[in-house]
Amino acid sequence: MIALVIRDLRLAIRAGGGFGLGLAFFLIVTVLVPFGVGPEGATLAKIAPGILWVGALLACLLSLDRILALDYEDGSLDLLATAPIPLEGVVTMKAAAHWVTTGLPLTLAAPVFGVLLNLPQPGFAWVTLSLAIGTPALSVIGTFGAALTVGLKRGGLLLSLLVLPLYVPTLIFGAEVSRRGAMGMETATPLLLLAGITAAAVALLPFASAAAIRVNLR
Amino acid sequence: MSIWEYANPKKFMQTSGWLLPWVAALSAVALVVGLVWGFFFTPDDYKQGSTVKIIYIHVPSAMMAINIWVMMLVASLIWLIRRHHVSALAAKAAAPIGVTMTLIALFTGAIWGEPMWGTWWAWDPRLTSFLILFLFYLGYVALWEAIDNPDTAADLTGVLCLVGSVFALLSRYAVNFWNQGLHQGASLSLDKEENVADVFYFPLLVCIAGFVGLFVALLLLRTRTEIRLRRLKALEARERMA
Repeated sequence: MIALVIRDLRLAIRAGGGFGLGLAFFLIVTVLVPFGVGPEGATLAKIAPGILWVGALLACLLSLDRILALDYEDGSLDLLATAPIPLEGVVTMKAAAHWVTTGLPLTLAAPVFGVLLNLPQPGFAWVTLSLAIGTPALSVIGTFGAALTVGLKRGGLLLSLLVLPLYVPTLIFGAEVSRRGAMGMETATPLLLLAGITAAAVALLPFASAAAIRVNLR
Repeated sequence: MSIWEYANPKKFMQTSGWLLPWVAALSAVALVVGLVWGFFFTPDDYKQGSTVKIIYIHVPSAMMAINIWVMMLVASLIWLIRRHHVSALAAKAAAPIGVTMTLIALFTGAIWGEPMWGTWWAWDPRLTSFLILFLFYLGYVALWEAIDNPDTAADLTGVLCLVGSVFALLSRYAVNFWNQGLHQGASLSLDKEENVADVFYFPLLVCIAGFVGLFVALLLLRTRTEIRLRRLKALEARERMA
């Protein structure tokens, strides 16, 4: 299973795997927002935590169809499905590799981009922490969406339509942690709920993803 | 006599064909009686004036929007567990009705909200979770449309319906946490002392019955259409083989 993660990471980093694409997209979203809402520091400071979360979410969404589509096209997904490790394990590792190539860089970049949005001082730690806890859920949920649409010719748009409503609870709690943190309020409750969503998604969704892949490979 | 007999499309077609006109007629009568009673023979509310009468469309459609999703969940489970095609087709047939009901509830809510709250839309927990429910319906319908193989489509939409139900429920409580609302709390509960006044309550019940009947009638009609469509495809395939 570790070998599978390493393989996916290699594929993502080498040969135009789109490793930096999500990050670049995140940067562009962050840069565009001040053009849209105006450069006043007070306004930006107020919306910064939310923008960082929405930006990270969209950047994550952008890379979802790569999780399974390439493996489906060249047939390696069939091999993985017949491999001795259970398919549930395979999709979990796929999601983990996606998180390392997307969620982790986004989390690390978020405080840097926070400077651009005039994020209040106490917010930096909370935005980073909430993204670190929340982005694994985004990867796992996204893998489920990718598993549903893997057999489709033009699944990209459909994938977004399916996955975005599923992202709502994660986004609500993640952005709430960041917002409260930035305003210096108590954050324990949304943080625990966010962690709960991530834990439940990681534990349960791979079964649904594996079931969807089995149907699609039939 | 068991409900599983209706997994046989022939049996289902027979019974539903017989049932359909009766359900449709009953629903039409209930809707006419309920709406006429509600619109013309109930007093105006002392605070809300005549806008209170939107309740006769708003509440039943909102109830149906949620319950249709539950029905789709049950039908999807039956398909995934027992693989009865009629069940999958019923879930497919129900989804667009659910979309419509959700839209009706959202729009009548906006029309009601404008004079009462002074705004068409507020990010109130109930309104927000309904919008999210609408998105879930859209995704479900889009997935059905996108997949060619009917069995694959039924399987994948079934899985989506299960996962979506969990997340829809989660979103419902997440938005509660996220914002406090303008919308009033439950006022039709069976176990509470204080509910909506009887003058409004009884015509509302008739309207709800009418909406349930309307849904059942539309569902039967649409499922019959889906079954016929499936048969037609089978015939065409046989023609091509010969």
